[in-house]
Amino acid sequence: MVRLSVNGERHELDLDPRTTLLDALRDHLGLTGTKKGCDHGQCGACTVHVDGRRVLSCLALAVAQQGREIGTIEGLARGDHLHPMQLAFIECDALQCGFCTPGQIMSAIAMLAEVEHRRQLDDVAIRERMSGNLCRCGAYPNILAAIRRVRT
Amino acid sequence: MRPFTYVEGISVADAAAAVHAAPAAMFLAGGTAIVDLMKLGVLAPAALVDVQRLPLGDIELDDRRARIGACVRNAQLAEHPEIRARWPVVREALLSGMSAQLRNMSTVAGNILQRTRCPYYRDPHSACNKRVPGSGCAVQTGWDRDAAVLGGSPHCLAVFPSDLATALAILDAIVYTRRGDGGARRLPFDGFHRLPGDTPERDTVLDHGELVTHLELPDLAIARRSHYFKVRDRASYDFALASAAVALDLERGHVRDARIALGGVATRPWRCTAAEQSLRGKRAELASFRAAADLALADAVARTHNGFKIELARHVVVRALSELAARPG
Repeated sequence: MVRLSVNGERHELDLDPRTTLLDALRDHLGLTGTKKGCDHGQCGACTVHVDGRRVLSCLALAVAQQGREIGTIEGLARGDHLHPMQLAFIECDALQCGFCTPGQIMSAIAMLAEVEHRRQLDDVAIRERMSGNLCRCGAYPNILAAIRRVRT
Repeated sequence: MRPFTYVEGISVADAAAAVHAAPAAMFLAGGTAIVDLMKLGVLAPAALVDVQRLPLGDIELDDRRARIGACVRNAQLAEHPEIRARWPVVREALLSGMSAQLRNMSTVAGNILQRTRCPYYRDPHSACNKRVPGSGCAVQTGWDRDAAVLGGSPHCLAVFPSDLATALAILDAIVYTRRGDGGARRLPFDGFHRLPGDTPERDTVLDHGELVTHLELPDLAIARRSHYFKVRDRASYDFALASAAVALDLERGHVRDARIALGGVATRPWRCTAAEQSLRGKRAELASFRAAADLALADAVARTHNGFKIELARHVVVRALSELAARPG
């Protein structure tokens, strides 16, 4: 049995060792907010938090995540109260098709937590720090605007 | 992905013995390379021995050295303030590679042990001596834009991709290991990665079941003025077309000592000792840097589509040295 703690809830799952954290979340726990893009660590759509740090769930084996706290897009809102980053993405229209959005939001939240002096984060630095999250619609200018809004 | 058994390593000795005892077993750390290659069908280990919970996750520092646990995350090493101050090239190399997510997952040992990005290695249907010894090298008659211009052989032209390893090549780093039979080794970084020759399937001198436990960076005065410069196909999050790790010891505008290594263009981390020697006693100026860059690439061999890398690497060396010489301190 594999024991996973996701968004504060404990689960025991009977998983093949080949199961990635991404597939465990989507196919075994029904948490389909985390998206499967490239499935090879190149697009960032599957970004989740493990012990507060942003990681790629497509390259993480579920069996190796026991004892860690996993956070997904489903765990951000408190009831009807969206996380400030979720609100900013809506207000800035920071998406078109929306497929990369959960990964963008999870990555952006962790990115801001990595930075000591947020106000010094200029656009170039935000772009560099978010370069692991691709958006094939090219919504980058508004993604940048949303992150800038939460930064200040 | 082929089925495998997952084993959590209990101790360093136990993990090394477990892999040593099973020819098709491999170590698992951050997993960012191995899981990807297993999905592609390039690697098919029968067992993965997870070393992430072994006590190899600390960075210890004193006046003489940095002792870096094999399972230290690449992000953790890049963020360390004392690493930044004493070995800036390490931080710069790390931040020029991967995405933030990958740096949070992957380990320093996994970084220096990563396999080539050669497209034929990553495609199980192509001939590749590194993946299947004796099957041939598809690059020799195929798409060679990414191929190495230094250190290649008729059997393999695969570029070694690690930015961190390129930085370590100028820092007199040491790799510490534990062998499956219980022994331990202390391996100078200089000879750690192998030239492909006629056995390209072996990237390093490590034996099966030999676990990297630590990397050591000796304190090095010249490392305090060190720098990494990298050129990629895109602005961020890509492997190097060409990169250079450099260090300079300057006195009144003259070079007392220099260190230069190339990345992205060679089959292993590529230290350029002749270029380093050429700089000693010279003025720290463009003409000296250009002469050193010419020496660094003197033995480079172009194929059909990768000749641009030779000229690009020369410019990368000149740029890296020029930026570093212009730094205060």
